[in-house]
Amino acid sequence: MISVQNLTKYYGTSLAVDNISFDIAKGTVVGFLGPNGAGKSTTVRIITCYLAPTSGTVQVDDNDVMTESLEVRKKIGYLPESAPLYYDMNVVDHIKFVQSMRQGSAVSNGHRVKEVIDICGLGGVIRKNVAELSKGYRQRLGLAQALVHDPEILILDEPTVGLDPNQIIEIRNLITELGKEKTIILCSHILPEVEATCGRVLIINEGKIVADGTPAELQSSFEGKGRIIIQAKNNLDPFIEKSTQIAGIERIVQTRTITENLKEIDFETVKGIDPREDIFRLCIENQTVLLEMKREETSLEDIFRQLTGKEQLQ
Amino acid sequence: MNQILVLAKKEFRSYFDSPVAYVVITLFLIIAGWQFSSTMFLNNTADLRALFSITKFILLFFIPAVSMRLFSEEKRGGTLEILMTLPVKDWKLVMGKFLAAYALILVTLVLTGIHYISISSMGNPDFGASMGGYIGLALVVGVYLSIGIFTSSLTENQIVAFIMAFVIIFIFFMLDKLVFLMPGFLANILEFLSIDYHYNNISRGVIDSRNLIYYFSMIFMFLFLTVQVLESRKWK
Repeated sequence: MISVQNLTKYYGTSLAVDNISFDIAKGTVVGFLGPNGAGKSTTVRIITCYLAPTSGTVQVDDNDVMTESLEVRKKIGYLPESAPLYYDMNVVDHIKFVQSMRQGSAVSNGHRVKEVIDICGLGGVIRKNVAELSKGYRQRLGLAQALVHDPEILILDEPTVGLDPNQIIEIRNLITELGKEKTIILCSHILPEVEATCGRVLIINEGKIVADGTPAELQSSFEGKGRIIIQAKNNLDPFIEKSTQIAGIERIVQTRTITENLKEIDFETVKGIDPREDIFRLCIENQTVLLEMKREETSLEDIFRQLTGKEQLQ
Repeated sequence: MNQILVLAKKEFRSYFDSPVAYVVITLFLIIAGWQFSSTMFLNNTADLRALFSITKFILLFFIPAVSMRLFSEEKRGGTLEILMTLPVKDWKLVMGKFLAAYALILVTLVLTGIHYISISSMGNPDFGASMGGYIGLALVVGVYLSIGIFTSSLTENQIVAFIMAFVIIFIFFMLDKLVFLMPGFLANILEFLSIDYHYNNISRGVIDSRNLIYYFSMIFMFLFLTVQVLESRKWK
């Protein structure tokens, strides 16, 4: 449905998008994940025909964004970053304006306007001016104007920035709901958001795609050294000594003394071997009481950090 | 109604949803009315010539004030991104905004018709010359506005847009006042480029195609440049 080939974009001399290619199939929800300034917004601005690529092609349903831009724009609903809106209009007029511009006639389709107001939960504020709306309602109005022509493709650039946790959940549920019938591109730097809503994740860093796959695929392909954390008591010193000889245990990362007799031991494990059974047997052999054992897998967050080298994440 | 008119209607309304329209109309009528009526009895002629010459001058300030927000505001607020990703051609956006601002100024000009009525009660103003004056003014407004919309597309700062528009309009306004300094051939060119020179012809009631071509090509040129500026974001 969306096909991007060798897309490159320079702003002056600075490179924003560096020769990326990908295809998005109809009906998928794709997350563009990356730190701020990675090139996510630039990429979607090119897909929505706001900017032109320096080189490379972007096609939406076989229509090129440069030569058949109007056709492409008809198919896409777009919520730009930080939801820019006309502050002097009220909510219902705003939706009607975008609808009229899209269909080129002032006779508005009131049925559809009412529908998007319901979908986006704007019912209580339809006569309010945009300037008076809270950030959450502005995002919803931004979404409503993107949805008003019932587009096949929905592109949302950081739709939950600045919202409180309840509003974030609402918007996410809405995206999941819409994702059942539409192709959606969701730009975000918030991992749980992408993990929760997207069937496919493209991790973008410094203008390049550094990973591509379902959240589960990414997790398994990047699964490196796992962790096993146990809490055990009695007879610990010999246990710790012997435990390092278990196949699959690389080393002890740290031991933490909880009470005199109770310790938490953090093992690093070798990829592909599950030593939990052996740990349990050793406990019995050694008459150590095992109180807790848990395995931690590499999270998407670890992968993201590994790939983008950025520490601060929400 | 097509996209141009939908946009024009929205822009026209937004002038009236904000203080802009009321401030412009009120101040314009006060200044023009005061300047005109204070000399009306001194001139002792029943015509609107004094009104037109003062109006041309006041519009020099008012039109950049009306046009400065048209694209600057959209750039600053980011709404340009919404507008330009709608399936609408760039020239239609420019036309829509141009027509909205034009309509606001024309409404203001129509309101000055009150002076025609008042002098009609005292004398016999020449209807043809008055109409010629208004037609000339409407054309001048078109040129001023196309310059204003052009400078508005260049910057996201409304003040900068205002000043640039004022300076460009002022240059075109002053050209024919400088011709006596110039050698003959240059004088002819400057005169032809001057907004006022063509206005003076039309306001005498003589509408020559040369004058019309001048106005329409000026308007077309600046609107065309505006479209080019908007499209420049798509240059590689």
